[in-house]
Amino acid sequence: MSEFEQLYREVILDHYKAPRNHGVLEPHDAIAEGQNPLCGDEVTVSVRFGEGEVIEDVGFEGRGCAISQAATSMLTDMVKGRTAHEVATMPKDELLEEIGIPLTPVRLKCALLGLGVLKVALHRAKGTPLPDEWGTSSGEISLS
Amino acid sequence: MTSTALPALDAHRLRADFAVFEDLVDGRPVAFLDSAASTQKPRQVLDRMRTFYEHEYANVHRGVYRLAERATEGFEGARRTVAALLNAPSEKEIVFTRSATEAINLVAYAWGLDNLGPGDVVVITELEHHANFVPWQYIAHRTGASFRNIPIDDLGELQLDSLDSLAREGNVKVVANNLVSNTLGTINPVETLAAWAHEQGAIMVVDAAQAAPHRRVDVQALGADFVAISSHKLCGPSGIGALWGKRELLEAMSPFNLGGEMIRSVALERTTFNELPYKFEAGTPAIAEAVGFGAAIDYISEIGLEAIERHEHALVGETMARLDELPWVRVFGPPPDRRAGIVSFDVEGIHPHDVAQILDWEGVAVRAGHHCTQPLMTRLGVSATTRASFYVYSIPEEIERLLAGLHKVKASLG
Repeated sequence: MSEFEQLYREVILDHYKAPRNHGVLEPHDAIAEGQNPLCGDEVTVSVRFGEGEVIEDVGFEGRGCAISQAATSMLTDMVKGRTAHEVATMPKDELLEEIGIPLTPVRLKCALLGLGVLKVALHRAKGTPLPDEWGTSSGEISLS
Repeated sequence: MTSTALPALDAHRLRADFAVFEDLVDGRPVAFLDSAASTQKPRQVLDRMRTFYEHEYANVHRGVYRLAERATEGFEGARRTVAALLNAPSEKEIVFTRSATEAINLVAYAWGLDNLGPGDVVVITELEHHANFVPWQYIAHRTGASFRNIPIDDLGELQLDSLDSLAREGNVKVVANNLVSNTLGTINPVETLAAWAHEQGAIMVVDAAQAAPHRRVDVQALGADFVAISSHKLCGPSGIGALWGKRELLEAMSPFNLGGEMIRSVALERTTFNELPYKFEAGTPAIAEAVGFGAAIDYISEIGLEAIERHEHALVGETMARLDELPWVRVFGPPPDRRAGIVSFDVEGIHPHDVAQILDWEGVAVRAGHHCTQPLMTRLGVSATTRASFYVYSIPEEIERLLAGLHKVKASLG
């Protein structure tokens, strides 16, 4: 398999060109948005819960590279029917296995953007743990 | 637009100085089109640093033995070389820093904290690198000064008709601009801005990190007050840059970092600072890197900055002409004669990261991202661009490989 086929294997291209669960859910119980500052990838994830903590439906919108958008599309298929806690503590390797291609450190950030944003949305709605790398902000410059 | 002039330097011959082009990937050397981020290093620079480390090395300035004197000579010789490159009136006005970024931070902190306050205005531009944007935004915030930008037009050139209204917003105290935009390659009218800055009673701070590798930077002709440059963008090592500042400004400024060489005497009650330029050089500097910086300036000066500029204009003209033929590629920025060797573009409907990834498999190294110019990306209405940039070792074959790669990108993801 060539590198091209490996990285942009058909399933990823399919998710990129025809994303699943696309759009912001209305109404939703939780929503969050995030960016990958390296390349400007943007993802917004919205969630609706069914019984208790169970994720009944999830929708996403965004713009960015094929990896970030396809990975988020694949993620939305994976998490439906699971509880907020299960998803909040889901190891990132589970998503990476689903993506199924080797990723350099720079592209890894693209691939994991949607998962991080989803965990923030779950945290806001259900108080589940935040992913480590999203826990803190180093401050900002705000000019009035 | 096509280039009629042949490159005035022999890039094929110069490539023999760069070992990276001897490494073949899939039978070909890398088509390195990311020199605006950092250039490759010629043997002459690496050999000079090795010789210095092996035969001339000691800590600088205060050793009484001969080897320390030799090291100091090497280090101070590099300072004179930087001064000559910039046509600085005195080498005492050349401060070695870690980078152009640190040079600008030095001015923002050491001049800005003492001289800015409410009612004052700091003016930057919409195409500034974050290194000449965020330090001023931060110091404006710390001091209560306001922070304004000069907008660009659709060709990426500064809209100087905005200056009058900026002048009415308060006391303009700082004007900060890059001489060459690292994203668009725009060559900015720094002389005009400097004259305007001085009419307002402001200082003119020039980020020349992207300009110094490509054209002659004469601090006196620019009319600047401070100029920052970097070594690694002109064939030298990373970890070292330089600030030139007007002597009377540097002398009046508070120190930036404290300790080591910047001190004259210390007692519990009182510390006095060293003279220029050592007042701003705390701690053991990057000694061999300074020597390498000097060797890199010698290397590009021998090629000739005018020849480098012509070479880049030819390559950039050819690239833009070829990209213009592709209706699915949009090129940003001014025409070739008003830019350095940088071309930023967008491939319709395909994210720059994907473009760069596929180009990499064709052995073509370009940069994809916001290039540390997020306000400019916002102005252009994109989140990122793909950027190809050239230097002395760039050859027309690499443009062919870029174009072939872009056709592959289009076929794969378009």
